[in-house]
Amino acid sequence: MMRRLDANQITTIVVWAALLTAPLWVNSVGGYMALASRVVVLGLAAMSINFLLGFTGYMSFGHAAFFGLGAYGAGFTLKLLAANTLLSLLLGSLLGGVLGALFGLLIVRRRGVYFAMVTIAFGQVFYFIAYRWNNLTGGDDGLRGFSRAPLHFGPITIDILNNAIAFYFFILACFAVITGLMGLILRSPFGHTLLAIRENEQRARFLGIPIERHVWASFSLSCFFMSFAGALYALLNNFADPSNLYYVMSGNIVIMAVLGGIRSFWGPLLGAAVFVVLQDYLSSITTNWMSFVGLLFVLVVLFFPRGLLGFVHTRGPQRDTAAG
Amino acid sequence: MTLLQVDNVTKNFGSLVAVDQVSLTVAPGELRAIIGPNGAGKTTFFNMISGFFAPSRGRIVFEGRDVTGLAAAERVKLGMARTFQVTEIFPELSVHENVRIAVEVAMGYRFRPWISRSERRQVEGRIDELVNSVGLPSKSLRLVGELSHGDQRAAEIAMALALKPRLLLLDEPTAGMGDQETHEATALIRRLHREDGYTIVLIEHDMRVVFHLSDRIMVLDRGRVLAEGTPAEIAANEAVQAAYLGQAA
Repeated sequence: MMRRLDANQITTIVVWAALLTAPLWVNSVGGYMALASRVVVLGLAAMSINFLLGFTGYMSFGHAAFFGLGAYGAGFTLKLLAANTLLSLLLGSLLGGVLGALFGLLIVRRRGVYFAMVTIAFGQVFYFIAYRWNNLTGGDDGLRGFSRAPLHFGPITIDILNNAIAFYFFILACFAVITGLMGLILRSPFGHTLLAIRENEQRARFLGIPIERHVWASFSLSCFFMSFAGALYALLNNFADPSNLYYVMSGNIVIMAVLGGIRSFWGPLLGAAVFVVLQDYLSSITTNWMSFVGLLFVLVVLFFPRGLLGFVHTRGPQRDTAAG
Repeated sequence: MTLLQVDNVTKNFGSLVAVDQVSLTVAPGELRAIIGPNGAGKTTFFNMISGFFAPSRGRIVFEGRDVTGLAAAERVKLGMARTFQVTEIFPELSVHENVRIAVEVAMGYRFRPWISRSERRQVEGRIDELVNSVGLPSKSLRLVGELSHGDQRAAEIAMALALKPRLLLLDEPTAGMGDQETHEATALIRRLHREDGYTIVLIEHDMRVVFHLSDRIMVLDRGRVLAEGTPAEIAANEAVQAAYLGQAA
């Protein structure tokens, strides 16, 4: 059936066109493949936190804990278990996802700022574990001595270690799977209940939605997605360090999401792109790069309170027969 | 046969007794109004019935089942739905999306990460039915937050109806409405009651609405039952006139 594309669908097409063609143009605009990979991975992280923040209405300032747990989980897998990239992604995301789900049980009764505060506290616990447990984690030096392994599909081997473009497309494939999953969930009845909770918790409760159970499910999913992004990040750097779990990292990811627009599905990806590229460019000029990112953040919040992609109002799918 | 039986419920907030040993029996198909001056405890009483909070003492039985300690979401599952004095909706979603959430919950899909095409069609059909029944078909795709007060109320009622409630609790359904809106809301409630057979308990300030609609009226004053009876009996009751009607006139 032919129908007009709405702003959301157009954004999706533009985003994917840009991502898929990045190897063709990224060098000519002064970038490089590893930078593009970083944008995609941190974009996935920002979208993961936005699953909770933008689509459920709960703020977490400790999500870096799950990002870091995913990174360390992937690192441990490659270093101690097996040189298997897919296994490292699986175990990394399970480590953060399961711990997130358990922690979620403790905090879903908290609201607003209290919810955010306990997530910070939890995040810092894991930061200090990573920082102090030298024997296992390498402490402040970070976890080294592992690298992503080539992918084997039957007779075909893809060298994602040395071929930056192949690795970029591997990341993009992972990104497609996770964001596809997010999109599906958000369009489902369960996703609709999350919007209901964001919009009006009291109404949702009196429609018969058990709020705590749904917030817990959303939090756990968000942690799982976040850990997956963290595991990818460890593969990207062949390295994991305590700053991955630090609350500053949580703050940066929230900034990316808000910068891009928390009501829009792709907004956080755009926010991450702006943040990462600015950081990359400015940090070669000044150590004070965060001041400039901060200034941009203030300007966006003042003049585009809905974020850079705020004009794309995410409103669930309309009916095929929608008027207009 | 009773649908709802409230036995001697009391609610204390600290030393304040907001509701003091109030009982109420509602038969299936009845439309019962609760009136009373400000601070009489009407909304507190309502909140105990719907599970917003538990009574300090007393018992609430719904369809023969003791629901006194049940959470709000549990009572919804048993067939209670309510609206609020201050309209509670999902402002940044369209009327269609607001009602869709209620319909999906009512159909038991709330934890489902996907639904089939035929299920979706059923959901859509039910949404259309509900949106039509409260008179909002032309505004279905508008954001609820942008609608008039009366239309927001109608959307809220559509969401409550989506739950196919056996008992509909309406907290001041015409509060803050102009004459025309009040008239429309009254007509809607009368139709839900007389044609669709809903059992309704409502709190109301507007006397015209109450005397127009109700089978029976309960009057609360300072947390206690002042009188109970048909509209004619209440109108003739001197204590009520002194406490409430006299004041309002």
